[in-house]
Amino acid sequence: MRANCWMGKTDLEVREVPDPTILNARDAIVRVTSTAVCGSDLHLFHGFIPTMRKGDILGHEFMGEVVEVGPGVSNLQVGDRVVVPFPIACGNCYACDRELYSLCENSNPNAAIAEKLLGHSPAGLFGYSHMLGGYPGGQAEYARVPFADVGPIKIEDDLTDEQVLFLSDIFPTGYMGAELCDIQPGDVVAVWGAGPVGLLAMASARLLGAERVIAIDRFDYRLQRAAEHAGAEPINYEETDVADALQWITAGRGPDACIDAVGLEAHQSNRALQAYDRTKQVARLETDRPHALREAIISCRNGGTVSVIGAYGGLVDKFPIGSLMNRSLTVRTGQCHVQRYLRPLLDRIRNGEIDPSFVISHTMPLDQAPQAFEMFRDKADNCTKVVLKP
Amino acid sequence: MQARTAVTIKRPVEEVYAFWRDFTNLPSFMYHLKSVEPSGDGRSHWTANAPAGATVDWDAEITEDRPNALIAWASLEGSKVENSGSVSFTPAPGGDGTEVRVELRYDPPGGALGKVVAKLFGEEPQQQISDDLRRLKQVLETGEVVLSEGSPEGTRTARLLKQRPAEPVS
Repeated sequence: MRANCWMGKTDLEVREVPDPTILNARDAIVRVTSTAVCGSDLHLFHGFIPTMRKGDILGHEFMGEVVEVGPGVSNLQVGDRVVVPFPIACGNCYACDRELYSLCENSNPNAAIAEKLLGHSPAGLFGYSHMLGGYPGGQAEYARVPFADVGPIKIEDDLTDEQVLFLSDIFPTGYMGAELCDIQPGDVVAVWGAGPVGLLAMASARLLGAERVIAIDRFDYRLQRAAEHAGAEPINYEETDVADALQWITAGRGPDACIDAVGLEAHQSNRALQAYDRTKQVARLETDRPHALREAIISCRNGGTVSVIGAYGGLVDKFPIGSLMNRSLTVRTGQCHVQRYLRPLLDRIRNGEIDPSFVISHTMPLDQAPQAFEMFRDKADNCTKVVLKP
Repeated sequence: MQARTAVTIKRPVEEVYAFWRDFTNLPSFMYHLKSVEPSGDGRSHWTANAPAGATVDWDAEITEDRPNALIAWASLEGSKVENSGSVSFTPAPGGDGTEVRVELRYDPPGGALGKVVAKLFGEEPQQQISDDLRRLKQVLETGEVVLSEGSPEGTRTARLLKQRPAEPVS
């Protein structure tokens, strides 16, 4: 089969690789009909996530048709159309029992590597480094889906791939980012990053009752999408001082909740600070550039909530713990527990409350995956989200 | 040498104890073991995989057996590989599951055999037992050892540093 493989830093190649086979009884094999490039794939592309190996198949947002099931899978049949959540979860352990699926205790065979870096290991993920399992991803013609009796959700009606594909990651991730804010009537929610996850976090904040939503980004075309699809008020941080704008909009209080939908490759308008973080990152003195996170903490109102759904990998510098502690802020975060949100969010899509396909800007054949990554990275041609068709 | 590690398994104490007490189950999650053959009198014959396809074996006996609480064993005097160990089973807080704590001790003999034994127990015995317990948890909670294409044998210390690419196993 054809698959998009990581061959080294900023080096991708769509190659011929063996077809996947059933390895565990609870596996299924899915013929991928649609898959997408995630912002967090760019962190892999840029070499910021350790333990990648040449040849690794990328991709953790995918859906398709079941073509084979292992003897331990009784809920799915060949021919079923399914969306696959990006965290691999067994459904049997303590974490799964508490619906903390991205913390599954059994799905990462390489947990010992993650433990050395993170203390304890989270779940295995599709196509996201060996530290997180060494599982091939879904930017391929076929994918093996472990614990297929737990993760995939069957799509039985006539919703299009584009409408349901993002149940695999970015819609639940954005939704969880908003849900972690415990939004109350009258709340003002500011979201750093108007990429696909940020846009869906903004739309979700609306669904959950936020009175005002503020979008912070540097690309006007993305801020426009935020205004159109989530009724967000835009702040372009290259043109406007974010702290000043937020003080003005909230009459001095600060946003009730701040969502970091940027993660470890943040940019900032202050060139000296950008150079500081970039230099430390290149020199491996810090792994992550936490500018959005710093600003989200500093900007949040006293006693407010900072929700972190942008991806981080390791260590950061100049973390404003004093602001956090003295102002009684709450930080909530996590890789999304996707399985928990599949059914309720599919219902919201079916009821017409939201159509997450609004984030799509491009659809391309799988063979053009390397070009898709470059276009997405460069924000070329107003790129917001690329769907790949194997 | 000694090493210890612990894991919490979401299965009842009786089940975890019974699984371990049947020593023939041990090789399913302890990859360095080829077989354990109990002889019915509390004694058993242990065969381990050594490098280059060879095996090394010894006899052991159960020195303490408290049902649903603890099993301790030791190699018989004069064994090539002198070792002893214990595993305790404690109800997890809230009564949901079992805390499993393992302690192993062994005296590496000198000479060539010593090198074999050192390899057997791993460069990092702590990591090896930790891997064993991770696989035990997988077997008891999910039904089998969980495999990925990067680690097609499942959790394994040596494999952690020598991953296959994450692409299908042909």
